[in-house]
Amino acid sequence: MGGAGSMWDMEAARAALPVVLSGFGITLLATVLGFAVAAVAGLAIALLQRSGGRRLALAVGAPAAFVRSTPVMVQLFAAWVLVPGLDPLVLGVLVLGLHYATYLSEVYRAGIDAVPKGQWEACTALSLPRRRVWRAVVLPQAVRKVLPALGNYAVSLFKETPFLSVITVNEMVHEASAFGSTHFAYLESFTLAAAVFLLASWPTSLLVRRLEARLAQ
Amino acid sequence: MTDSGTAVFLSELGRALPAIGEGLLVTLEATALGAALALLVAFALGLASRSRLLVVRGAARAVVEFLRGTSLYVQLFWLFFALPMLGFRLDPMACGVLAFGLNYGAYGAEVVRGAIAAVPAAQTEAAIALGMGPVLRLRRVVLPQAYALMVPPFKNLLIQLLKATPLLSLVTVADLTFRIDQLRSATGGTAAAYLLLLLLYFALAALLGAGMNALERRAKARLGVVSGPGGRGGPRAVRAVPRAGRAGGGA
Repeated sequence: MGGAGSMWDMEAARAALPVVLSGFGITLLATVLGFAVAAVAGLAIALLQRSGGRRLALAVGAPAAFVRSTPVMVQLFAAWVLVPGLDPLVLGVLVLGLHYATYLSEVYRAGIDAVPKGQWEACTALSLPRRRVWRAVVLPQAVRKVLPALGNYAVSLFKETPFLSVITVNEMVHEASAFGSTHFAYLESFTLAAAVFLLASWPTSLLVRRLEARLAQ
Repeated sequence: MTDSGTAVFLSELGRALPAIGEGLLVTLEATALGAALALLVAFALGLASRSRLLVVRGAARAVVEFLRGTSLYVQLFWLFFALPMLGFRLDPMACGVLAFGLNYGAYGAEVVRGAIAAVPAAQTEAAIALGMGPVLRLRRVVLPQAYALMVPPFKNLLIQLLKATPLLSLVTVADLTFRIDQLRSATGGTAAAYLLLLLLYFALAALLGAGMNALERRAKARLGVVSGPGGRGGPRAVRAVPRAGRAGGGA
């Protein structure tokens, strides 16, 4: 349209904004669901690694390490072609969630290790059943300690949701990309997408930092 | 059908090896260049965010928050698709290196800042008492100690960076993912192709991790810290402890 010298086109930006924002709902949904999967599966991995036998720990730990150190984008591609027939959003949430679960399992593990030994000994002295030791004594303390780290990973997952566009999920960056190509307005659409990411993730990371400071007291 | 695809994939694999090797080199190049730029950015922003001048500190913090907050994916796409609209067209590989370097550099800046802050203040005080200037103090006293603390988080960031490089294939760079994906679509050996691809990334990550672990051991040994069962540098540790004690007493 205006050529290379046209720079920022306010008209195009005004048209792009609602389109970009329309994808933000899917982005948020993917973040919340993905993080829910990660939080639950991550805890399960950590517990299986801690409470089972050595063989179980290895059987869970080795695949987790593999998933953790390979690219989530390739995992998405692989799941996309190997598990056909699933809704892309569901598939994307599962893959992204399981990928982050392998990060969170390490976070939980650090939290569990940080619970003082005396707490375990006291539980043994009171002969509390094993389930209750985890549920009432160890996990509440462990999770409280790692809340800021969990928050940071939630923000990080949020910023990785654009990966879902490689399996055709209509999240925000997918919408921005589509608008950019049909209206030749990549500058406006991607700048707006970046701005939305910044506006959403910055206050959240400030909140996490405040939480960190409060828990440190 | 999948079995025949796998067979075709495996029989074609030999012929495709040079192309895959090229892709591997591109992935390694992007990782190395991205990490080098990230290291530069990390130290520049990390040191600036500890400046006594509010303007410098504030600007560094704003840049870090901006780079961390806008999503690597969007940054890369912005450089590749949006920047040409402003009249600057970068090579796709340059877009990737720039995006990786700036994004991971911002995360690294937090590591640098945190590690420097974690060096006990008494070390700086002792260096001042010995009449060291600010540059010498940083170079000979603070950074060697902070460096040992930086290596483990840098290892994580380096592996994260490696895992982000498949993004390059989305902006037309023929990296490892691109090459193997090409072979996959040509042969139909989907499962075999992605398994191989994941295994290659796993091996690369393990290699980088082992290298960084070696760096960590060296950094600790230089400080005379004996760490864990694998920790070396015992005799040095014995020598370094009284020295450190004397410096502390002098302050």
